[in-house]
Amino acid sequence: MEIDPILQKYPKSRDYLIEILHDIQNAHPQSYIPPEVVTRVAKHLNVKQAQVYGVIGYYSMLSAKPRGRYVIRVCASPICNLMGSSNLIDYLKEKLKVDIGQTTPDGLFTLETTECLGNCAAAPAMMINQEMYGSLTTGMVDILLEQYSKSHK
Amino acid sequence: MLKEYRIALRNSGLINPESIEEFIAADGYQALRKALRSEPLGIYEEIYESGLRGRGGAGFSTGAKEKAAAVICSDCDKYVICNADEGEPGTFKDRVIMETDPHTLIEGMTIAAYSIGAHRGFIYIRGEYELSIRRLTLAIEQAYQHGFLGNNILGSGFNFDLEIRRGAGSYLCGEELTLIESVEGKRGYPRIKPPYPAEKGLWGSPTLINNVETLANFPQIILNGAKWYRSIGTENSPGTKIFTISGDVVNPGYYEYPMGITLRELIFDVAGGIKNNKPFGTALLGGAAGTFAAENQLDVQMSYDKLKEVGLTLGSGAVIVLDSTRNVNQTMLSILKFFKHESCGKCIPCRIGTTQLYETLANELKSPTFNPNKVYRELVWQAELMARTSLCPLGQSPVLPLKSLHDNLMALLTASNA
Repeated sequence: MEIDPILQKYPKSRDYLIEILHDIQNAHPQSYIPPEVVTRVAKHLNVKQAQVYGVIGYYSMLSAKPRGRYVIRVCASPICNLMGSSNLIDYLKEKLKVDIGQTTPDGLFTLETTECLGNCAAAPAMMINQEMYGSLTTGMVDILLEQYSKSHK
Repeated sequence: MLKEYRIALRNSGLINPESIEEFIAADGYQALRKALRSEPLGIYEEIYESGLRGRGGAGFSTGAKEKAAAVICSDCDKYVICNADEGEPGTFKDRVIMETDPHTLIEGMTIAAYSIGAHRGFIYIRGEYELSIRRLTLAIEQAYQHGFLGNNILGSGFNFDLEIRRGAGSYLCGEELTLIESVEGKRGYPRIKPPYPAEKGLWGSPTLINNVETLANFPQIILNGAKWYRSIGTENSPGTKIFTISGDVVNPGYYEYPMGITLRELIFDVAGGIKNNKPFGTALLGGAAGTFAAENQLDVQMSYDKLKEVGLTLGSGAVIVLDSTRNVNQTMLSILKFFKHESCGKCIPCRIGTTQLYETLANELKSPTFNPNKVYRELVWQAELMARTSLCPLGQSPVLPLKSLHDNLMALLTASNA
């Protein structure tokens, strides 16, 4: 992937590492940071590759493994759990025929869980890539999945 | 009917958050203008006198922190950081401020920077808050264009640059020294305290770090004075607080009220009472790192000290309501799961302790002879040990909900698993 425009946006200073990684991941069709990019970023910021992997490994939003075009992150925190997120997770598992952390064979969706998304008045909540959805029902999940599938074609 | 009193949410819903003109028309940046005409000393004295306390959860005197960062050195690099890594379950007040009135935060931060003599600032926003990031990015751009940020702000000779840094999904990065590590582009591991950030923070320099809601109170305190602010709320907890109410209530949402409103008023008047007319069970105050309140505690005043007197916590202002049919043991289990997931693993007591607490309760709940009295006594003991031996607030937190359940809600725990 073309990462020069992203690297050029930021000064060559380590404190921009997480910013750069976010931008790369958001632009990547498989929502992850590939190894050859890690090498480039490490060189650009003059840090060790291990340090870049250390950061990717620590933060739950970042991934060094390929994922789907759309990453679904269902909130599993105590409040969403109270308001039915576990049913939602079960529903998504069945519908997408994947387990948590897995990607659908067509490479479209990855199912993940996350801690509190700060959308508690509209629990249960989830994110699909950078978009937030709340007050979810299984019917709404159906509609969303359909919309995302269509927009991809 | 109780009336909301909005200070931090003054403009929320009334102005277009993407228009700096509308913010300026609502007296926006007037406080900054006033602040830049006075001595920095006058600013932090005013904040100190107002009695404003940190709205992120710890409740430490904001003015005292500001003064410490201001007086430590005069000719050195200093930074201001806004902690917008709002991750405490049940809390979403900072998101509302950033989404609906981003300029108030920028104004508050610029005032804080001027008062301590900082020329560079960062807003550390959790990566999940996409709309907050978008709105603040735009607002910062507008503030630069209008001369409220950058060099020689409003002709005062004061320079201040402000940037956003995104978090990437770590609850622990809401802890101030861990957040600083993350701003530096590192893994979010906590540092040993002291030294505190006011002494040695970002890149080893004195750093003032405040929560979004705290900073959003600055402009009105500067405009109207400490005495005005003290006339609102209670003696030891002046001002207002944004409460985010979720769970089994008719109207979940965010509400700003003077400190001292009772828990009963918040749940039954403000949030419309329990959904489906069920009886009240318990309310978890302050999120996962919070405490469970029992029915006989509903008349407690929501302020730092009054809650502390009865063994409860205000924390971030989250109020999570459970009706009496809820299984509180399961809620406690999901809280322990949360801590297990978010422990960074740096110190062993927390890394192993959070897993052990979760597994102990999970196994006991499956047992046919589950005895809450005995189990919770054991869990509290373990959690206390962990609190004493952990480096940062994460390892010190699980004891709060566990102990409050053990002390206040044994009847509900027994009934839950019956």
